[in-house]
Amino acid sequence: MITSADAGLTGRTVPRDVDVALLSDAVERELRIAAGRLPPDYLGALADAAQRESSPLAIDIIGTLLENAAYAEREEIPTCQDTGMAILFIEIGQDVHLIGGNVVEALNEGVRRAYRDLRKSIVGDPLLRKNTGDNTPANVHFDIVPGNAIRIQGLMKGFGAESMSRLVLLPPAAGIGGVKEFILDVVGRAGPNACPPLIVGVGIGGSFDSVGLLAKRALLRPLGSVSPLPHVALLESELIAAINALGIGPQGLGGATTALGVHVEVGATHIAAIPVAVNLNCSAPRRFAVEL
Amino acid sequence: MILETLEIETPLDVEHARELRAGTKVLISGRIFGARDAAHRRIVDLLNAGEPAPFPLAGSIIYYVGPAPAKEGHVIGPAGPTTAGRMDTLTLPLLERGLRGMIGKGYRSPAVRAALCHYGAVYFAAIGGAAALLARHIVAKRVVAFEDLGSEAIFEFTFDRFPVVVANDAHGGEAYVRLPE
Repeated sequence: MITSADAGLTGRTVPRDVDVALLSDAVERELRIAAGRLPPDYLGALADAAQRESSPLAIDIIGTLLENAAYAEREEIPTCQDTGMAILFIEIGQDVHLIGGNVVEALNEGVRRAYRDLRKSIVGDPLLRKNTGDNTPANVHFDIVPGNAIRIQGLMKGFGAESMSRLVLLPPAAGIGGVKEFILDVVGRAGPNACPPLIVGVGIGGSFDSVGLLAKRALLRPLGSVSPLPHVALLESELIAAINALGIGPQGLGGATTALGVHVEVGATHIAAIPVAVNLNCSAPRRFAVEL
Repeated sequence: MILETLEIETPLDVEHARELRAGTKVLISGRIFGARDAAHRRIVDLLNAGEPAPFPLAGSIIYYVGPAPAKEGHVIGPAGPTTAGRMDTLTLPLLERGLRGMIGKGYRSPAVRAALCHYGAVYFAAIGGAAALLARHIVAKRVVAFEDLGSEAIFEFTFDRFPVVVANDAHGGEAYVRLPE
């Protein structure tokens, strides 16, 4: 397979037809698996965290979350009843020609099939609030990239943690100190509501619309990944230490594990602001990545 | 260090509710009613209209939950707690009529915490994210009212040693960590 990374060298790959039905199938399969199987990097980080806890209640909670994950995988049932909103990031190589129908409809068809046995949590209108009955529409983000591959990444995002997420445009004078203060404030106010241990996705830069997306993309990274930018990697390590020093702990009932990771993504911005978005992920951080 | 664990059964009377202290792990058995956002709205509308609630409130415990569909052969699908704070403004009329406990996750408002002390009731925290395992402690389920609400209907559950932690007790005690404003 020619990957988008190879294509970056030449900027040219062989044009390729892809039937959108393949996207439906991939989305259905990956969502079904993700609902009942938490990522191994998350389970590993959770098990490591138990070793650092001294509170019997914190140890008991982490043990229960690990046991829950094992039981859900064995029984092939969802780890959490809130199987969330399907948020899909689709990278399409510029040499791909999509055939066989409407690509957005095909992605939603995959969601519809995957959620047949899962809870339907989507209302079609935020004010009228009538359930769509099939968990569609998915929240879909497209990127055109070099090459002829298609990469689909997805989150099944629960809204306990989503509802505690926040966004601000700070003045440049606030500096890195102001950025840290805001992030700690969001995590502190979320407390137990976001179902800690958390994964904290942070976006810094861009504009009002794009900073939220940076924070969301940060949640696609596996735990243990570190920003390639040294100053951002330093910020990530300072933030995880500061967040865990808050003492909120698993489920907000006290302890050393408020978050398992902080992922920061940055982007160019305007001279007048430091946009900051904090997107929280809960103790059921379901995600997937697949290449076609 | 061993985690202290108590066992209780519903219905819960005021005396037993007042004995429970924040931070204690409790295993709950007996009849529990499931209700969340939309069901609360309708219950309070009924009460305001002078009608009775669709289930007995006195001595009862409500679980804030919207279960997932059950797999064949299972009583109920994964059924973890939802955020309790959304029910805060609809909780006082229920406590006033004898509701003795609630199970959910997340902070409660100052008004609800004060009402727990006033009426002698308890707010329990269940583990958010442990839904598959929690469902194993629900051994029976039926819809009591508002079937049209789907996963938001009012359910009657039978709990068998369902694990929770006392988050807010009837004496102002709280197990949740709160950071200074």
